[in-house]
Amino acid sequence: MDAIVASGVSKVFRLHTAQADSLKDRVIHLGRSKRRDFTALHELDLTIPQGQTLGILGHNGSGKSTLLKCISGILRPTTGQVQLRGRIASLLELGAGFHPDLTGRENVYINAAFLGISRKEIERRFDSIVDFAELDTFIDEPVKHYSSGMYVRLGFAVAINLDPDILLVDEVLAVGDEVFQLKCINRIKQLQAAGRTIVFVTHNADTVREICDRAIVLDHGRVIADGEPGESIRVFREHLHAHSHESASTVHSAADGASITSVTVQHAGQSHGHSYMTSGDALTIEIAYESAEPIDDAQLEIELLDRLGRTVFRTDTDRLGTPLGRLDGKGTVSFSTGSVPLLDGDYALSVRLSDRRHDRLLDLREGEQSLSVVSHQRAAGYTAINFDVAHVYAEGPAQP
Amino acid sequence: MSTTGGASTELRIISAKRTIRQHVLDIISFRELLATLVHKELKVRYKNSSIGFVWSMIQPLFLLTIYGIAFSILGQGFRAFPVWLMSGLVVWTFVNTAMTTSTESITANAILVGKVNFPRAVLPLATLGSAFVHFCLQLGTLTAVLIAVRHHIDVAYVWLLPLAVLALGLFLAAMGLILSVANVYARDTQHLLNLALIAFFWGNPIIYEYIRLQGWLSHHHLPTWLPLTNPVTSVVIIFQRALYGTDHVTGRNLLPPDGPLWYLRNIAIIAVVSIALLAIALRFFDRHEGNLAETL
Repeated sequence: MDAIVASGVSKVFRLHTAQADSLKDRVIHLGRSKRRDFTALHELDLTIPQGQTLGILGHNGSGKSTLLKCISGILRPTTGQVQLRGRIASLLELGAGFHPDLTGRENVYINAAFLGISRKEIERRFDSIVDFAELDTFIDEPVKHYSSGMYVRLGFAVAINLDPDILLVDEVLAVGDEVFQLKCINRIKQLQAAGRTIVFVTHNADTVREICDRAIVLDHGRVIADGEPGESIRVFREHLHAHSHESASTVHSAADGASITSVTVQHAGQSHGHSYMTSGDALTIEIAYESAEPIDDAQLEIELLDRLGRTVFRTDTDRLGTPLGRLDGKGTVSFSTGSVPLLDGDYALSVRLSDRRHDRLLDLREGEQSLSVVSHQRAAGYTAINFDVAHVYAEGPAQP
Repeated sequence: MSTTGGASTELRIISAKRTIRQHVLDIISFRELLATLVHKELKVRYKNSSIGFVWSMIQPLFLLTIYGIAFSILGQGFRAFPVWLMSGLVVWTFVNTAMTTSTESITANAILVGKVNFPRAVLPLATLGSAFVHFCLQLGTLTAVLIAVRHHIDVAYVWLLPLAVLALGLFLAAMGLILSVANVYARDTQHLLNLALIAFFWGNPIIYEYIRLQGWLSHHHLPTWLPLTNPVTSVVIIFQRALYGTDHVTGRNLLPPDGPLWYLRNIAIIAVVSIALLAIALRFFDRHEGNLAETL
């Protein structure tokens, strides 16, 4: 049986050139309204059988979040329809709708009511929710006293403990500490094992490889690949490469104001004709950008991920104490280090450009570049730490 | 883990349009959310206040006392003028609160609307619900005070009150649905509404008498049935008739000298109009609901 059937789903957004948020603007622009339609999804057909875990890949503005919102019903398709079988829960809404003055307990009931869950049922599941969120006695405190981690954990706990038939996940696994993330992944795997349908939207190809049975790639609101995760990830990466230039002129990037035009990696290995580098070598990551409009407070973030998509290292220009400041036009930013203390392995490099003032992601490059590191260390793990061993013989065994 | 059999086989369809019937059914299936939100709103309002909802009840009591003192000094109006005033004002407060809060109900919950799927109509309806709870508390106190001071309430008209409130509720629900969506598209709606309500207050015979309004209309050769096209007026005058208890004071008419059936007819008219309006409002709301998350 199919859990989700989307047939001929299109979503058209009406873009107002000048944000006409007030009546005055509307009246002024009435005659010469500069509206243009932006089609986020083009007559998309998608059938997801019960029990499948589907990954949706695509760059920013490809329509993947719009698709997820149409499936969840937050948005409704302009034409076409989505048929759903079973209870749906989404991890889009972590803690949305929590009222700061009310206690965790009261908020759980409200949150569940928004998901259409009866009070009776939530009472039955209450203990497992509190347990999962690791809140204990804090559950009777107003949520304004919660740390952001507790807040997100409670939101996640509600959504995931409702035993949904269909679970929608949108890039939320980056929240919380690592122990909690692992717990979330495990719970998702439990749901998988129980035959539930899961739809995953992500930038992270490794997550897709680890969790999904099938992956589709969206581009400009159309499905350009559909099949085995490995195959779809390949298409996704090739597409990112091929269209890295074109994407700078797409509607979305233009609206976002700035994009990453290239990411290059330089290390000592290259000068010897190797594709790999040796642990302890110097490394330079060069990122070229282009901005169509001035961005006042930009930030670049680099991240190295292992094969399972786990973060090995992450930093950004602000944390490094060299804020990017204002972007206007073209430029290059380089991250250099004299030594990369990594152990053997392939590490995917991802780069994010964001606008901190408006808290939005401008562009993202994930998995286009990777580092192959060869290490001569006799060790396991990620980091190359040189230990010298010294053994001082203090005393012989006590003589009888 | 077990799922209820009904839930797993239930088929839901998401498309651009749905019928009014389906829309209403969707809202009904979220009635528990509606109740939770009404409850939440009351709870949040009285958080950290020691006597809680008693504040709602104190207000009419307080106003009655203040008006009583003020008008005994000013000597305005007629016998028991504060009672007359309060009978209309309690209805007006309901209308005013319901309209202003429901207009802002969607914009105030922008984050939720962008992230969670539920019938959005629940938001304006929940604010209407909580305004209704306040209204009941205030009406209850007012009635208790009137009984305590042995004011004569006309029992022959009291049975009309629930019907009047029901019809008014339908009208306010329809207005709430339309205005809450309008406010998403143009935030001026809430400001315009505030001004409109001030003007609208004087369009209702609350401070003055219905008969005076009729007299003015006939003097200017305007149809005297005009005020009855205003649903709030129809409700206000039945409250005045029942709570104030008489249609005349020392030979001077305040309200038309008709029996309960005349009032019933008025209520029936506004009920029919409100139901039609509600159907239009539900349809209008449905057409825009799918885009609210994006517009906000």
